Amino acid sequence: MNDWSQALSHHPAAGGEAVATITGNRGLQIEEPLIFEQDSPGKCGVDLPEPPAFRSRLGGLERKGPVGLPGLSEPQIVRHYTRLSQKNYAIDSGLYPLGSCTMKHNPRLNEKMARLPGFADVHPLQPQSTVQGAIELIDTLAHWLKTLTGMPAVALSPAAGAHGELCGVMTIRAALTARGDPRSRILVPESAHGTNPATASACGYSVGSIPANKSGRVDLAALKAKLGPDVAALMLTNPNTCGLFENEILDIAEAVHQAGAFFYCDGANFNAIVGRVRPADLGIDALHINLHKTFSTPHGGGGPGSGPVVLAAELAPYAPLPWIVHGTDGFKLVEHAAGQADDAIGRLKGFHGQMGMFVRALTYMMSHGSDGLRQVAEDAVLNANYLRVRLADVLSLSFPGICMHEVLFDDRFLKDTGISTLDFAKALIDEGFHPMTMYFPLVVHGALLIEPTETESKASLDQFVAAVRGLVERVRAGDAVAFQAAPQFTPRRRLDETNAARKPILRWRPEPEQRQAAE
Amino acid sequence: MRYLPLTDADRRDMLAAIGAASIDELFADVPKAARRDGLVDLPKAMGELEVERRLSAMAAKNVAAGSVPFFVGGGAYRHHVPAAVDHLIQRGEFLTSYTPYQPEVSQGTLQYLFEFQTQVALLTGMEVANASLYDGATACAEAVAMANRVTRRNKAVLSGGLHPHYRSVCETYARFAGNQLDAQDPAPGGGEDLAGRIDSDTACVVVQNPDFYGEIRDFTALARICHDKGALLVVVVTEVLSLGAITPPGEMGADIVAAEGQSIGNALNFGGPYVGLFATRDKFVRQMPGRLAGQTVDAEGRRGWVLTLSTREQHIRREKATSNICTNSGLCALAFTIHLSLLAEEGLTRLARLNHAAAVAAADRLAAVPGVKLVNRSFFNEFAVRLPRPAAPVVEKLAERGVLAGIPVSRFYPERTDLADLLLVAATETVTEDDIERFAAALTEVLR
Repeated sequence: MNDWSQALSHHPAAGGEAVATITGNRGLQIEEPLIFEQDSPGKCGVDLPEPPAFRSRLGGLERKGPVGLPGLSEPQIVRHYTRLSQKNYAIDSGLYPLGSCTMKHNPRLNEKMARLPGFADVHPLQPQSTVQGAIELIDTLAHWLKTLTGMPAVALSPAAGAHGELCGVMTIRAALTARGDPRSRILVPESAHGTNPATASACGYSVGSIPANKSGRVDLAALKAKLGPDVAALMLTNPNTCGLFENEILDIAEAVHQAGAFFYCDGANFNAIVGRVRPADLGIDALHINLHKTFSTPHGGGGPGSGPVVLAAELAPYAPLPWIVHGTDGFKLVEHAAGQADDAIGRLKGFHGQMGMFVRALTYMMSHGSDGLRQVAEDAVLNANYLRVRLADVLSLSFPGICMHEVLFDDRFLKDTGISTLDFAKALIDEGFHPMTMYFPLVVHGALLIEPTETESKASLDQFVAAVRGLVERVRAGDAVAFQAAPQFTPRRRLDETNAARKPILRWRPEPEQRQAAE
Repeated sequence: MRYLPLTDADRRDMLAAIGAASIDELFADVPKAARRDGLVDLPKAMGELEVERRLSAMAAKNVAAGSVPFFVGGGAYRHHVPAAVDHLIQRGEFLTSYTPYQPEVSQGTLQYLFEFQTQVALLTGMEVANASLYDGATACAEAVAMANRVTRRNKAVLSGGLHPHYRSVCETYARFAGNQLDAQDPAPGGGEDLAGRIDSDTACVVVQNPDFYGEIRDFTALARICHDKGALLVVVVTEVLSLGAITPPGEMGADIVAAEGQSIGNALNFGGPYVGLFATRDKFVRQMPGRLAGQTVDAEGRRGWVLTLSTREQHIRREKATSNICTNSGLCALAFTIHLSLLAEEGLTRLARLNHAAAVAAADRLAAVPGVKLVNRSFFNEFAVRLPRPAAPVVEKLAERGVLAGIPVSRFYPERTDLADLLLVAATETVTEDDIERFAAALTEVLR
């Protein structure tokens, strides 16, 4: 471990002089200009033949001027993107305890399988007779998801969790409309992901907020008081974003159903219960599953994801197109809202869904099997509780008692120190860890939400605990300036986000244009 | 289990540290009625070899595009992707990182997103682009929603030349948001009066270029009419490579461009994941959906990158956000950026020319097959032909002969008997002269 005080003598705090190198590089941290700033005009990273002479049929609408792309050769481009990659933290390089994000190991077998030509090199609109294996894979994934959740149907086309929410709430709205019972409001707990209220609003609903009780869970009495004939659904995350299982969930489901509303569950945290608890047994009507969380498809720096939605029987007829049916001569894709799919809400995405993610997720599921998946939930919960007990005496635990796959602390331990949750998180970066989720959920002050996942070893957790405990000692020693100056050992120090938003620069422009734009 | 590092001894020690007698105690908050003791009814864990065997067996049941003469397009195109692209996107620092919420340790992702945004803006001829959406179809639906916000109107006019799946996605989104659509009938060959559909409620007109049937259209006049009537022009591009050859939407006066970026850097993948491109004018940027990377400086004054203008987004604005989108299509955007960087100016224009040349050769050859008529006056790498009989069974028969011939338009409009004879044919740089000859020969035989 670094000696903090010694390190400081080499790297003075913010505003001070950094060690100057001739190049501006700092060892492995190499400064890398934009690709547009490395233009060798006329260079090209591919060798393509010139087509034989032919008569253009572009209808007189040929592009007149150049696009403005820079010219580079392949080695320059490989080096450029390799250098960029080295400026990123990743689950491959270390613990990435972002709460509610489930940053688990991404097995490389998933990548290999997704690249089989029979999956990667097939077109969504080939004749269905030529893609029976691809449809079989989707159908197999559907079977696994339905079995793990206990739900009778699944819509696979949603491209991400928020897209799955949209799908689920649309089916709810369609079912209510069919019932002749249009309703206007969706209830969302305070601790919900921002996507939940945004989804409700995108589906034309107003949003009602449900407060949390003292134990960090839905206040059942407050929920009951807000339930009425105007409420279409409750959107609840379970386990919730405080890392707690909603222990009154059966009463919640009953109250929601008694009010004639549907129970939507945000399945972002399904990792905590996979193989041990089936959402169907909790009274849930619709739930999306983030394949890029629970089922290890890579986050890719922000996507692509995949957000299948499992649906109760009452919602299943409204599932979006396409549907898969088992015909006499193999699988069939139903692509139009007719016949048995008459009530389908239509399409949510260009084609059939995130096939590349389906292959990865099914690879992961088959690798684990029913036994391994149950172990996933158990180890994820064990790891989080281990961090809870190893850190509870130095950080401030928001809610006492056991947690599920993630543990929530708040900033009481930083009170009157001049150090914020942000400062503490940035100091963790200098210790070689990606920070936890900060300032979310909103139900506690200065939240620090830690989700280790099941793919961390005990040794890795112990290193993290030692780093956090060491930092808390420095908090107590009153070294606020050093925290405020962190991180120091990263490719960039803290970045000015205020000015970035005030005067947005969202693209590169050639020098003269840039000056013009500034004026 | 190879992905789980804890040993049984670790588990015992950790439970002891927690003060729990068994793992079940940690699940005590789960209501008794919902606890499951046994395993779910699914196969047990498998080693790599066994998983590979089973998945390879499924993959082997599909006809891979690269194994046959292949002419399928319709919004997803088979192109050659240079080896460096897939190598670079599999670097763990790109593949296994999260959304760049901690910019100091995410400069790699943020810088490539900034480069991506710049490339998309240049290619479309627009001022600003976001860091990607799910795919072209959802980008189109988001464009309609954005036009409603900008104009404070709520009706969109959709061209009959718009991809029918894009139309369907727009219909789904609009229906639940309570917005109106005026979707025109499918119009192979053009000839629709879009300007006449604009009224005082019209927020935008949505057109596609090249249109769904491959025809290249000039929307300059339409843009002017839209603007005169206070509406926006949304231009959809489903084959982004076409922008290496034809006038970009920005030069025609588009206000928003929603495009599918799959063609550059990304495999067919049976329909996903793809990458939605979204570009607009500077003055509308605060109404834009999705993430944006922006330039700034760090505490030492060095240039760096952050996610910016996040007050538009759901994690800050909740129900008042411009969209509910969170995860986008980061890694596909990276593949796009690396491929386009490799292509450079010269490679992009040449690749576009190769595509056009292949399509011209295919169109001429197929039009020489007795009974086959070319519908288009202009096209880039995809065109429609009218066959002397319904196209769907012809395509099936050609598939039996080992030729994936294109898409029968009836797959999208089964109820429209007037479109039943239409076949969409795409030819990219991956198509050889021999492929075209085999297609034409098989078609001649099937039509005989």
